[in-house]
Amino acid sequence: MAYTEEELKKELETKEYEYGFYTDIESDTFPIGLNEEIVIAISKKKEEPEWMTQWRLEAFRVWESMEEPNWANVHYDKPDFQNISYYSAPKSADPNKTLDDVDPDLLEMYRKLGISVDEQKKLQNVAVDIVVDSVSVATTFKKTLAEKGIIFMPISEAIKEHPELVKKYMGTVVPQKDNFYAALNSAVFTDGSFCYIPKGVRCPMELSTYFRINQAGTGQFERTLLIADEDSYVSYLEGCTAPSRDENQLHAAVVELIALDGAEIKYSTVQNWFPGNKEGKGGVYNFVTKRAICEKNAKVSWTQVETGSAVTWKYPSCILKGDNSIGEFYSIAVTNNYQQADTGTKMIHLGKNTKSTIISKGISAGKSQNSYRGLVQVNSRADGARNFSQCDSLLMGNECGAHTFPYIEAKNKTAMIEHEATTSKIGEDQIFYCNQRGIDTEKAIALIVNGFSKEVLNKLPMEFAVEAQKLLEISLEGSVG
Amino acid sequence: MLKIKDLHANVEGKEILRGINLEVKAGEVHAIMGPNGSGKSTLASVIAGNDNFEVTQGSVELEGEDLEDVSPEERAHKGVFLSFQYPVEIPGVSVTNFMKTAINESRKAKGLEDMPAKDMLKLIREKSELLEIDRKFLSRSLNEGFSGGEKKRNEIFQMAMLEPKVAILDETDSGLDIDALRIVASGVNKLKSKDNAVILITHYQRLLEYIVPDFVHVLHNGKIVKSGGKELALELEEKGYDWLKQETAV
Repeated sequence: MAYTEEELKKELETKEYEYGFYTDIESDTFPIGLNEEIVIAISKKKEEPEWMTQWRLEAFRVWESMEEPNWANVHYDKPDFQNISYYSAPKSADPNKTLDDVDPDLLEMYRKLGISVDEQKKLQNVAVDIVVDSVSVATTFKKTLAEKGIIFMPISEAIKEHPELVKKYMGTVVPQKDNFYAALNSAVFTDGSFCYIPKGVRCPMELSTYFRINQAGTGQFERTLLIADEDSYVSYLEGCTAPSRDENQLHAAVVELIALDGAEIKYSTVQNWFPGNKEGKGGVYNFVTKRAICEKNAKVSWTQVETGSAVTWKYPSCILKGDNSIGEFYSIAVTNNYQQADTGTKMIHLGKNTKSTIISKGISAGKSQNSYRGLVQVNSRADGARNFSQCDSLLMGNECGAHTFPYIEAKNKTAMIEHEATTSKIGEDQIFYCNQRGIDTEKAIALIVNGFSKEVLNKLPMEFAVEAQKLLEISLEGSVG
Repeated sequence: MLKIKDLHANVEGKEILRGINLEVKAGEVHAIMGPNGSGKSTLASVIAGNDNFEVTQGSVELEGEDLEDVSPEERAHKGVFLSFQYPVEIPGVSVTNFMKTAINESRKAKGLEDMPAKDMLKLIREKSELLEIDRKFLSRSLNEGFSGGEKKRNEIFQMAMLEPKVAILDETDSGLDIDALRIVASGVNKLKSKDNAVILITHYQRLLEYIVPDFVHVLHNGKIVKSGGKELALELEEKGYDWLKQETAV
């Protein structure tokens, strides 16, 4: 018999987090709490130069005077920042190890996640920098990349090996004082990725980082800095999963992209952190600041598939500074149970003839709340700026919410700004039609959702698109109304 | 093949089917005719297992198996196919992708591996030629922006792909111009065999000129009030349903 809403809801409730396991790895964890000493200790632990320590302290002092933002359409118990440990490194981590030397427990963890290192090694043309908790465990393909002059390494190493680049660019797109979480990240970030593509170089492979949170009660504050020099090209993939935890875990990342004249950056994210259980207990708080600056003729595309986290606060943005620069944002955000997402983008048009495209697909199920929040701003000097925005929402059941908050500020008469929005619901008639063709309800939902999200899924690199589709299915198993 | 015994069904508490008896054997074509609201589409939905309809009495059997506790998708796997009167749109899902999923889900239920892409392409080519379907059509989103005729032709294309045992065509002729009707009818005729059966639900005699039924049944007020050969359809065309309504009222 076909499903009734009640039956479906029940099934949805019994759905457990697929990746809710915990791998027991000995780690080296700092005591809880945050003060200048902890900031200095982190810097010391990372063997950082003095300028970096000072940079962190500046950020910490700013952070102390700031308040958590309250404007987002999300409601949660504010984390106690003095009850978090700000450093946790797996003890077995050693950057000099080869992949074969990696702790078998870790490898097992990746196997469970379906992103095993073994599997990744087989994925040709994918260089992987894996971040487990706070320290990069292994970096592959470094040598191949080095031949092209491409630098791809943990940011902690870059601080030591390429201080001139880090010093020049870090904090230029997302300043320390940008916002509460960015300031916190600037003070306590433990690792992340650094990438530099030299002038005129097309990065021959997709660069990839997997982040996950493992240790209980630790926050993860990773920082990514990606610089594409003039006329270069890079495609960067970032994937996230985290094991199941009862208490909320904080994640406050900063990503800065710098696309110099004529450069192109594609930045793709699949985020599947623990969303909390069916009662809305636990889950990751994902407060992320991602921003790109585009110089003349440069192009940046953000593509994100957000299925995890209890609370998401994330607006990958583009500052279109140079003339003729292009910014794109393609997003799929899925919320289920008690998840809350407030996500979108900011497109700041400063240069002449700058163009931006925003395609946002929100899918809400259970009792979740899914908000799109976007700003399109056209500066007075940005002659001929163009924007196209499309925000589509798909609802399942009668207890979830979809919201759209588009902000448009045009200060130039020549600006052309278009905004389209739709809201739809998966219909029983659609489900029955699929059932009649031999497709069960879960598969039918996956099919309908994938169809709904197609424009965005198509923007992902091939191997990522397959993973993302799988993730959409997992996230929505059994949910419809 | 399909045996319906004293079937009663409600929708939202209202009785629509009031004791249907029908036996359809392999190799046969049955036409079910009747005025609006007589229960024709309800019968089709109940056979397909749509649980918006509550079966209160009687049974539907497929090859001797009672379908009462069989889900719609399992019925499909067992060979029940319904060509919908109003096919739904599924944006972003191409006809090809939809068919691939449907075929592989059926195979999975039978413990078979996915159909190799090569075979799938061959099958699609073969069946689309049968229904004179342009290959470009197959990459479009399912039923999205399709004309009435395209939707119906797409339903029969799906029937051709899935090769059901019992195909119920619910008003497949409505919305078709004469050329499309001819193509669809010729497709159905080519798919007909001694091993499968077709139930045509229609208002008009027109379709039956192209797909000739072995039996014609007239449904009125949730009951089959008259059964006969193909000549019954002509008689209905001539006299209208009022004739029957009067006759059965007596």
